[in-house]
Amino acid sequence: MSLTTFLQHCLTGISIGSIYALIAIGYTMVYGILRLINFAHGDIFMMAAYFMIFAMVDFMIPWYISFIIVIAGTILLGITIERIAYAPLRSSPRMSIMISAIGVSYFLQNLATYLFSALPKSYPSIPFLNNTIKLGEVSTSLVTFITPVLTVGLVFVLIFLINHTKIGMAMRAVSRDFETSKLMGIKIDRVISITFAIGCFLAAVGSVLYFTPRPSVYPLAGSLPGLKCFIAAVFGGIGSIPGAVVGGFIIGLSETFIKAMGYSEYSDVFTFILLIAVLLFRPTGLFGEKTEEKV
Amino acid sequence: MKKQTKLMLNLLLAGLAIALLVTVDMTTKSTSMLRTVLQMGSIYALVAVSMNLLNGFTGLFSLGQAGFMAVGAYTFAIITIPVNAKGGVYYLYGVNDAIKNIALPVIPAMIIAGMVAALFAFLIGAPVLKLKSDYFAIATMGFSEIVRMLIASSGLVTITNGSFGLKKIPGFTSFYSPFIVSAVCIGLIVLIINSSYGRAFKAIREDEIAAEAMGINLARTKILAFVISSFFAGIGGALLAQYLGAITSTTFPVKLTYDILLIVVIGGMGSVTGSIISSFLVIASKEWWLRFLDQEHYIGSFRVPLLKSGFRMVVFSVVLMVVVLFFRRGIMGNNEFSWDRIAARFAGRKKTSETEAESK
Repeated sequence: MSLTTFLQHCLTGISIGSIYALIAIGYTMVYGILRLINFAHGDIFMMAAYFMIFAMVDFMIPWYISFIIVIAGTILLGITIERIAYAPLRSSPRMSIMISAIGVSYFLQNLATYLFSALPKSYPSIPFLNNTIKLGEVSTSLVTFITPVLTVGLVFVLIFLINHTKIGMAMRAVSRDFETSKLMGIKIDRVISITFAIGCFLAAVGSVLYFTPRPSVYPLAGSLPGLKCFIAAVFGGIGSIPGAVVGGFIIGLSETFIKAMGYSEYSDVFTFILLIAVLLFRPTGLFGEKTEEKV
Repeated sequence: MKKQTKLMLNLLLAGLAIALLVTVDMTTKSTSMLRTVLQMGSIYALVAVSMNLLNGFTGLFSLGQAGFMAVGAYTFAIITIPVNAKGGVYYLYGVNDAIKNIALPVIPAMIIAGMVAALFAFLIGAPVLKLKSDYFAIATMGFSEIVRMLIASSGLVTITNGSFGLKKIPGFTSFYSPFIVSAVCIGLIVLIINSSYGRAFKAIREDEIAAEAMGINLARTKILAFVISSFFAGIGGALLAQYLGAITSTTFPVKLTYDILLIVVIGGMGSVTGSIISSFLVIASKEWWLRFLDQEHYIGSFRVPLLKSGFRMVVFSVVLMVVVLFFRRGIMGNNEFSWDRIAARFAGRKKTSETEAESK
């Protein structure tokens, strides 16, 4: 492998990894607060792609307005799901909420099949994002280059939000102790809604970046990336944002290199084996906190 | 109610079920929807009960059922495809020498299919069962996806035929075979649930730490539940392979696990009869009663809105969400079907049934 191809693969890997990171943050934040694996997150990501097609192809809205519409639509979808499917189950056993999340995922996939048909639809191209640029020897499309930059920027904003604002403080408190923070006067429902909004915002951005270089969207397009991003979140330590980012990058890079070496059909197998290995040897992930079970 | 009367009523019910099957067999054509629904319902009933054993009775939330079904189905297919048909099935990549001359009869093949699935469960069980609730769910789901990807991968192409899948799997010898196999397997599961092992499973579900304090070997009992459940899931997979006649790795997606999980939830976590009733109901409504939602309908010249391909599944998933959100106990909760309850209801003594439910 020459240096140029190596760099090329690195760039691709970092790019896909940062998209995984964006989605993984959504999983990790929801898990941190609700202790819920939001199985529907991958499908929200898929719905965001359909919103884009809807806005740009069916209504011919220019891309910058479409982008805002997609973000708004996805956030609305996420908050609605939380209100309808998760909020009523807040005091019930964890298994029920998980089943509800699976139900939502099932519903969104069927809804997408019904509304948009099971056939793949081509994703609209945003003109300037597909331009080719050259960085020394390495040539790539602009979106591959923008993705990691945008991701790092968003992650810094998010970390600032969580560490230095009032709502961020509320989030940290809720994730530490649900009951006590309720007693301290934190409006739990608002905090949870904002968490979902942030997760969905990042999923919407990730969706645009993910599908722009890819040809088409279909109703199950979100389930495999969703699972992989969940694995990234577990790998980094669920509940930890830097962990989710690192996990996303590691999975993106390893996947790209396995594909580059010609084992593309095993790249997903590797990701899942990674998951099981992490769960066995370090169940709390790279940056996760240890929790102890009390009788 | 006396024990004897109950026995009589149970026999009567079984007799009625058999009579129903015989009538269906006699009166319907082989392409009839009723036959399809009953056969598929019985296969799903077995798989749902096997999942319920794990999720409802032992409290281990597993999402790996499709993986174990895939293992069972592929094992069954590999060892039963007739020797002279193998060349045709594996025409592209050739047959592996190890399986070239194997063609076992159906019943031993099904038992082997179950055993192979159980072996896989045993191998991954020891490490995976250490994980707590949702991590366990994700790990088993990961296992199921790994199985599916490996089946389709090029490394096993002479055994699993890669992404083309296997066909010419021998079908059911008679209309009754899936019912007999399911009934026997579910009977065995019920016997296990009512044994001391079953009580240990329930104790783990209620409180792991208390169960351990009472002298239950947690690790061993959990593995036992996992292996038994996978064994029957494997047999269920083998039945599905016989029913379909052709399988590929896409026959067993994560969505299949979700389907089964939702059947279990609708029937009630921790109720065998609930799972059986709900699998027949769910399969019938999914494959038959709600079919009309997928076609366009006209009343006079007015086109009924919303109806088009795919609407059936949307309605179906809304029903599921309603059950999950508002009727969390499902059809049966964690009770079993019992004549006492029905008698109490008929006698208008609702109170007794309530106190009984509480005392359970």
